[in-house]
Amino acid sequence: MGAERVAVVGVGQTKYTAVRGDVSLPGLLREATFRALEDAQMTLADIDAIVIGKAPDFFEGIMVPEYSFVEALGAVGKPIFRVHTAGSVSGSTAIVASGLIESGVHERVLTIGWEMQSCSEAMWALSFNMPFQQQLVAGAGGYFAPYIRQYIARSNAPDDTGVLVALKDRQNALKNPYAHLHEHDISYESVKESLMLWDPIRYSETCPSSDGAIALVLTNEAGGDAAAAEGRPPAWVHGTSFRSEPAMAAGRDQVSPQAGKDCAADVFRQAGITNPREQIDVVEMYVPFSWYEPMWLENLGFAEEGTGWQLTHDGVTAMDGDLPVNCSGGVLSTNPIGASGMIRFGEAALQVRGMAGEHQIDGARTALGHAYGGAAQFYAMWVVGADKP
Amino acid sequence: MRDVAIIATAQTKHVRAATATNEVEMIQPVIQEVIERSGVDRHGFDFTCSGSSDYLAGQPFSFVMTLDAVAAWPPISESHVEMDGAWALYEAWVKIQTGHADTALVYSYGKSSPGDLPRVLSRMTDPYYEAPLWPSSVDIAALQARAAIQAGVTSEQAMADIAYRSRTSAAANPFAQLTSSAQPSALMDEEYLADPLRRHDCAPITDGGVAIVLAAGDKARSLCSRPAWIRGIDHRADGHHLNFRDLTTSPSVSIAAEKAGVANGPIEIAELHTCFTHHEPILRSALGLGDDVEVNPSGGPLAANPMMAAGLIRMVEVANRIHSGEVSRGVAHATGGHALQHNLIAVLEGEG
Repeated sequence: MGAERVAVVGVGQTKYTAVRGDVSLPGLLREATFRALEDAQMTLADIDAIVIGKAPDFFEGIMVPEYSFVEALGAVGKPIFRVHTAGSVSGSTAIVASGLIESGVHERVLTIGWEMQSCSEAMWALSFNMPFQQQLVAGAGGYFAPYIRQYIARSNAPDDTGVLVALKDRQNALKNPYAHLHEHDISYESVKESLMLWDPIRYSETCPSSDGAIALVLTNEAGGDAAAAEGRPPAWVHGTSFRSEPAMAAGRDQVSPQAGKDCAADVFRQAGITNPREQIDVVEMYVPFSWYEPMWLENLGFAEEGTGWQLTHDGVTAMDGDLPVNCSGGVLSTNPIGASGMIRFGEAALQVRGMAGEHQIDGARTALGHAYGGAAQFYAMWVVGADKP
Repeated sequence: MRDVAIIATAQTKHVRAATATNEVEMIQPVIQEVIERSGVDRHGFDFTCSGSSDYLAGQPFSFVMTLDAVAAWPPISESHVEMDGAWALYEAWVKIQTGHADTALVYSYGKSSPGDLPRVLSRMTDPYYEAPLWPSSVDIAALQARAAIQAGVTSEQAMADIAYRSRTSAAANPFAQLTSSAQPSALMDEEYLADPLRRHDCAPITDGGVAIVLAAGDKARSLCSRPAWIRGIDHRADGHHLNFRDLTTSPSVSIAAEKAGVANGPIEIAELHTCFTHHEPILRSALGLGDDVEVNPSGGPLAANPMMAAGLIRMVEVANRIHSGEVSRGVAHATGGHALQHNLIAVLEGEG
C-alpha cells in the first residue's frame, strides 16, 4: 500500500429487491449513504469527495445520472467521480475511492455502487447486437455457459456441484436481512428440478435482477484510529488491485483467465498473503452463476486446478467450513449489477469488523472481496483485515 | 505529492464524421503514436485509464471493445471513467500518487456523429423534472448565455468576437475541424439557433480522440526533455438543477482553481473547455485570469469538440506548448454536464 493507510469505517446497504418503486434514484443512493454515514458517525458535511459506480447508463435510461444527484448527495462544491468497468465496476469504484485516501489527496471519501435494474431488462441490455459480431441473444448466462461446460469437462466435477453452491448461497441469504432472495423452502431437489436455462445453468443457479445500493465511508489512518477508539472497529485495507484483458485474444483461457490470476497475485502480494487458503478467513466472491464458485476458487489460488469443486462438495465453503464463501448469500441472492462488486467488498469489511450479524464468521480477521465483469475479463479485488497493515 | 508530468501526447485529426472507422479503429493509431513518442515499452505501462460514453456509442459497455486498441495482453492494470478523459488522467494521477504506478497511459474518444448530439445530451438531465421536456444541450446553454448577457458578463458582440478569434487561431492547429470564420460583423447578421446563441456560438459536432502518457519524477525526466509537470489538479461539481444555480458564475471552477494553485504564479496560456462562446468569460472570471492571458490558442472546443476527449485535449494543448518551450506555465480546464456543471482544473509547468 501507499503512503496513507485506508480504513473502512462505514457500510450502508439498502434492502435489495426486484422493484424499489417507492424511492427515486437519488433516494435509493441516499438510503445507503445515510446508513453508511450513521455507521461512521459522520454527516455529509464531513465527506471530502464522492466516487460513484454503476453499470451502463442505459440500464436506467439516464446519461451520467450522478450529475442530477449532486444536490441530493450534498456534493455541491465537492469532487464527484464516476467509474465504469463492466460487472466489476463497483469493486473498481471502491478501489478508486481507496486510492484517493491512500494517495493523501482526501481524508474522508464516500463511495457508492448502485443499480435500479427494474428500470429496464438487463439481460437484453447484455445481448446487444454489435455490427460484424455474432449476436448472443442470451444474456450473460448464455455467454458463460460454454465456459462452465468446458470447466466440467476439464475437472470432471460432479454435475450437481452448481446445485450445491446455489443451495448454500441461498440458505446463507436467509441470514442476511438485506439479501434480495429469501427462499425459505429452498432444497437440493428444488434447485435441481428448476428450469434449465443455459445448460448446465438452471434457473435457481442464476443471479436475480435487483434494485439496490451500497455505500462505504473510507478514511485515512487517523479516521480509522478514531473510530477504533470509540469502539467502532474499522476494516483496514491491506491491498487493492484491478486487472483487465481483452474479450478475445489468441491463447486466452476463459475458464481461468490470466487477468484474474494476476489480480489475485497482486492483491495477495500487497497484503502479505503467501497461502491464501490458510491466511484468508472468509471470501466474498462474485458468483452470478453457481459454477463460478469452484472456477474462482481455482483461479484465485484457493485450490489446485481441477479441484475447486471438491471444496464445495466437502463443505469447505459453507459457513461452518474452513473457507466460508459468500456468507451474505452472494450475487446468487442479490444482483443490482452496479452495486454487486462493492457489496462483496463491503461484506468483506463487515466480516473483519465483526458486524455481519447473523452471517458473521466468528473470529474473521482477514477477508477477500472479489468482483469480475465483461467476458470474465475485468477484475477488482481487495483484502481487508481487522488489524492495521 | 509526487511530481507527475505529461511526457507525450497524440490526437486525431478531428472531423465532423469519421464514417469509415469505428471507435477502436479511430483511437488505435493515436494510442500507437503516443506510445512510440513516450519511449515507454508497449507492455511497460503501470496503469491505463480511459474515458468514453455509452450514450454516444449507442451501446452498453462500449469501452470494452476499445480495450482491443491498447493490446491488453498480457493483462494490464486498467480502469475506465464514464466522463471526459481529463478525469481518466485525474484517476491515473491519483494512482501514481499512491505509489502503485510510475507511468500511465490515458486515452479518451467520442464519436458524436451517429446520433443527434444535442438531443442525446438532453438525456443527461434530471429524469423527473427536466428530461421529460427534452431540453437539448443548446437550449440549456442558451438559458445560461441569456443569464450571462443580462448580468453583464458578456454580450452577443463579445461572443461573436470569441468565435472569430477561436476559429482563426485554429488555422495553425493541424488537428482542428473548423479553421476559419467570417468577420464578427457578418456573424452578428446570422439567424439565432436558440436565442441568444447563433451557430457560431456553439462548438461543432466532432468525432475524435486523444491519448497522453504520464510519468513520475526521474522517469519523466529521462523520457522527456521538457516534461509538462502537473503542479496542481482538482475537480469540483456544481448543482444540477438550473433553478438552484447562478448560471452566470462557476463556483466549482473557483474552488478547483484555488485548490490547483492557479494563482500561485503567472499564467501564460489557458486552454478552456468552452463548448459555447459565453463559457469563456464565465471561466475567465472564475479562474481569475487577467486580460493578458491568451485563451485557447489551439482554437479550443469551438474549433473541434470531440465529446469525452475535448477536456483532455485542453491538457494536451497546454502540455505541447510546454514541451516545445513556447510557454512555462499554463492552465487547462475540462468540463462535464450541462452549463459547466462539473469542472476540472490543472496547472501545468515546465522546469527552469
